[in-house]
Amino acid sequence: MSELSITTIPSTLRLIRTVLLGCLLAVLLQIIPTMTAQAADDLRSVIVADPYLEMRTGPGRGYPIFNVVDRGEEIDIVMQRTQWYLVRAADGKEGWVDRAQMELTFQPDGDRLSFAKPGVEEFTNARWEVGLLTGDFDGANIISVYGGYSLNPNVSVELWGSQILGNFSNGWMGSVNVVHEIWPEWRVSPFFTLGAGVIHTKPKSTIVVSQDRTDEIGHVGVGIRAYVARRFLLRAEFKSYVVFTSRDENEEIEEWKVGFAFFF
Amino acid sequence: MESRFRVLFLIVAITSLPGCAATKNLFGMGSEVAPPPSAEGPGQVIDPEVARREIKEPAIDREDFEVGVFVGIMSIEDFGTNVVYGARIAYHITEGFFVEGTVGQTEAGLTSFEVLSGGARLITDSERQYTYYNLNLGYNILPGEVFIGEGRAYNTNLYLVAGLGSTRFAGDDRFTVNVGAGYRFLLNDSIALHIDFRDHLYDIDLLGEEKTVHNLEFHLGLTVFF
Repeated sequence: MSELSITTIPSTLRLIRTVLLGCLLAVLLQIIPTMTAQAADDLRSVIVADPYLEMRTGPGRGYPIFNVVDRGEEIDIVMQRTQWYLVRAADGKEGWVDRAQMELTFQPDGDRLSFAKPGVEEFTNARWEVGLLTGDFDGANIISVYGGYSLNPNVSVELWGSQILGNFSNGWMGSVNVVHEIWPEWRVSPFFTLGAGVIHTKPKSTIVVSQDRTDEIGHVGVGIRAYVARRFLLRAEFKSYVVFTSRDENEEIEEWKVGFAFFF
Repeated sequence: MESRFRVLFLIVAITSLPGCAATKNLFGMGSEVAPPPSAEGPGQVIDPEVARREIKEPAIDREDFEVGVFVGIMSIEDFGTNVVYGARIAYHITEGFFVEGTVGQTEAGLTSFEVLSGGARLITDSERQYTYYNLNLGYNILPGEVFIGEGRAYNTNLYLVAGLGSTRFAGDDRFTVNVGAGYRFLLNDSIALHIDFRDHLYDIDLLGEEKTVHNLEFHLGLTVFF
């Protein structure tokens, strides 16, 4: 049977497939060299201004220095990982250089490049923020992730997704928040927040026989963002929710959470 | 009591929103129009026209993300050991810290009770599917280099991770804490091999009384930085 099915494939179809494969291969062979060539062209070159630039074998404080580049020589920046830069010297040697040393270089036209170091200023002004918080949601465990975008140093919009894991029911919750920071330049910056969203609750079948339900929620809250170091901040918050149920009474839920976030 | 708190929050919100200049700008209430340049200033002799130099972050390829897959073995307490496979994504924030998300799947075997009793089954076949996700914070505690032969050196990292997530098993989602350690072996600057040990902890009352179980996982992974 299987042999029959093989022989029934029209030879033209096989031909088309071979041609297509050939085309794909040809395109790939065309793309790959241009990609690498492009990458080589795109590399940013800088000239060493410090007496010498130290190249390490790895992107970390403890890795040994295996090569130095003298003042006035040109280097290409291959890539960046966290605060370390992989550079290529004129003789082709590649090594990792710390941000502090990269700051002591200039471009061929004499301008300095800025190798921005995240600090408390970025804590206030950074556009994006992503975080993970956990805590108590009316007796249940809650895990939340959020992404925030700052409209200005005081006001940001956040999108939250949470999973609720309780003894009697599980569920998830999604919401959009507006966060207002009163003193964004403070290292420990208080904020308050307003938001709305939906909550989906799934009672545990082993305990209570009940229906899944999805309700709208609204909430208000207060919290603090505390700058730790580099891109990190700690965040703690308290929120008071109103669940607009289809029953006679709205449900009120209190939530507190702590976690960390980073900005970029 | 709660509603009084809420009213308080709202009052604070309403009173401080107009007070903030930045908020005014947001809602288009601030003065947006720049004052016209005063050309006929009698006292002004020199009009300083210094062009502000734009300093930009160079367009350098940033490779802070790491994605990959893993396969290994996972022991589910009371339910035997089976193959586990999954995927992970990590973001390196500093040379020390990274955040990581993993998803994994394995299948539970039979408990000793189920084997000895013959036909009795505690959970259905579909409930034996074990799926988890974790969100972790990791720290590269022992960065280093290893040497293979005389001419080859590879960068490595021993890291610790801890985090939380959820496990779907035996017909329920459970809040799960996981801790572990791993070893990252960089084949070159962008490709890495991983060896990972993890302990997944959660509370379960499937066998009568509630207890905290330890599900140990060991896996090998391959990741790519981008």
